[in-house]
Amino acid sequence: MTFDVRLPIGLLFLAIGLLVAGYGAVAQPMAAGVNIDLVWGLVMAGFGALMLVLVALARKGDLPPPQD
Amino acid sequence: MSLGAVDWGVLALYLIFVLGIGVAAARRARSGADFFLAGRAIPAWVCGLAFISANLGAQEVIGMGASGAKYGIATAHFYWIGAIPAMVFIGVFMMPFYYGSRARSGPEYLRLRFDEKTRALNALSFAVMTIISSGVSMYALAKLIQTLHVFDAPFAHLGLPQAWIFHGAILTSALVVLVYIYAGGLRGAIYNEVLQFFLIVAGFAPLVWLGLKQVGGWHGLEASLGPTYTHVWAGMGHATTNRLGVDWFGVSMGLGFVLSFGYWCTDFLVVQRAMAANSMSAARRAPLIAAGVKMFVPFLVILPGLIAIALTAAPDRASAAHPVAVAGAIQQHDPGVIPVKIDAATGRPMLDARGRPQLDYDLATPNLLLRYFPTGMLGVGLTALLASFMSGMAGNVTAFNTVFTYDIYQAYIRPKADDRHYLHVGRLITAVGIAASVATAYMASQFNNIMDLMQLVLAFVNAPVFATFLLGMFWKRTTGHGAFTGLAAGIATAALHHGLTLPVDNLTGIKGGWIAVTHTYPSEMAQNFWTAIWAWSVGFAVTIAVSLATRPKPAEELVGLVYSMTPRVEAERGAWYMRPVVLGVIMMVGVIVLDVIFA
Repeated sequence: MTFDVRLPIGLLFLAIGLLVAGYGAVAQPMAAGVNIDLVWGLVMAGFGALMLVLVALARKGDLPPPQD
Repeated sequence: MSLGAVDWGVLALYLIFVLGIGVAAARRARSGADFFLAGRAIPAWVCGLAFISANLGAQEVIGMGASGAKYGIATAHFYWIGAIPAMVFIGVFMMPFYYGSRARSGPEYLRLRFDEKTRALNALSFAVMTIISSGVSMYALAKLIQTLHVFDAPFAHLGLPQAWIFHGAILTSALVVLVYIYAGGLRGAIYNEVLQFFLIVAGFAPLVWLGLKQVGGWHGLEASLGPTYTHVWAGMGHATTNRLGVDWFGVSMGLGFVLSFGYWCTDFLVVQRAMAANSMSAARRAPLIAAGVKMFVPFLVILPGLIAIALTAAPDRASAAHPVAVAGAIQQHDPGVIPVKIDAATGRPMLDARGRPQLDYDLATPNLLLRYFPTGMLGVGLTALLASFMSGMAGNVTAFNTVFTYDIYQAYIRPKADDRHYLHVGRLITAVGIAASVATAYMASQFNNIMDLMQLVLAFVNAPVFATFLLGMFWKRTTGHGAFTGLAAGIATAALHHGLTLPVDNLTGIKGGWIAVTHTYPSEMAQNFWTAIWAWSVGFAVTIAVSLATRPKPAEELVGLVYSMTPRVEAERGAWYMRPVVLGVIMMVGVIVLDVIFA
């Protein structure tokens, strides 16, 4: 099976996203009126999760990996 | 501002993953083709993202922010006219010859098409250029990290002198890049570049969002900065009516044609990414996919500069060089995001020729990041900076090890060894190249002028190269003697033009005019563009003249190397969105729409 770079991207974004969002939820740091840690942490985690879903679908054979 | 535990956590996660990808790629780096060409097995979208990521180094991110602050959104010319058309051209027209010739590098294509001396000139200058540029950007990164003062507290805590922050930054980044390229070769570099690309977006997109929110959106920027900052084409009719100091002809010919095509269509650093693709079709689509993403990069890297200047009361805002004065005084914000440049020797603010304090534009983006990112996001922002630096450096290192191993070592030092030997040499030379970059970084910190001089010389060498590739690929009559002489004449012209002209408000010397000042340009950028235009034109003309006077290669040797001698790629199959020509047209329309919106 070929190496799917979406796997490490998904895992890393999920990990960083949850870490930063978790900190944001607890410490509530505000920047320009936004709890940017919480908001952007969730965005990053969501992107990571999406990558992992794509990897899982590709492995099940439901979707072809974007080989070409 | 100091780093919290969360920031350290983010940085650590990044480093673990980057190294992990290198190790994972190592299992598949068993031959020279694996190590130097990533086994020619990479999907198009991965190559495409690596194509832009390798170019999106820290100097690009910082430099484009600085230019955004200095010149405004017109900096986007470096993308919309200075990259996209060339990326479309290489994908549609040139990639069939790079990929189809089975050459393993840019210089090797020149040997197949022309001769040994043309390859040697190109390979040697390219090898030196990659080391210098990775060394200089390593220096810039280390200097920046020191200036940001985010590591001051932890270093003080450990009882280490502040100067070690500089050493620490250089050694850490060099070691990490060394490990993942040594282990995984080009494949390790490319997969990491894709990861790094997403991290750069993740770090800068929220910065732009918060910044725009603060200045009242795009309309707020327009209101506070005035039209010279927020339009790309306004005032381009004449060099004195826009902030760049260049007219539309200089921009389209110098930047849009010579410099842009010279970089995106011939620089092996980017071309190597597309050549690693798993098929001809994928290789052609890689630069086109890259173009589709690249046209939006200005919003990520240039906008922070505009936001930063809007939050700084610039002393030269309504600069006298530009008659279109900015209407309305700008509200003075606290210290301002962009600080005044301080002379390291005297500790006093540096003044320009008119006695006004100069701003340190390079700090525009980094300072904005410090201002808006709290603990947590600060780690994400620093990771983005580090990711951009590493992707740029890895691009240089992988291009260097390939060109050195195949075009210098195999060509002139040890021609007939087995594949294992070259793989071994490739790994060794990766370490040597990175060590040389580190040495260059320290040289840059000691002798700034020497580095400027070397970069200048390399710019001369590079200026006419596109004429060589263009004629080589599309005119079968071009000869090796023609190519070599044209290249040499172009280099000489670039040097001569630089020696005879000077940008306004500059002293003769490294900035030009070292022979005699026969012409003064309104800006350094104008001088650069015109140096390139002259070098290319003379190179082009001399290549043609000498080719006509010398004997061409027999036609049958040019199959696969020259347009008219190569059977057309068989009728494109597959869905419309897989066809290079269709994609190329879409990208060109897209970039025209962007130009119209921001005209």
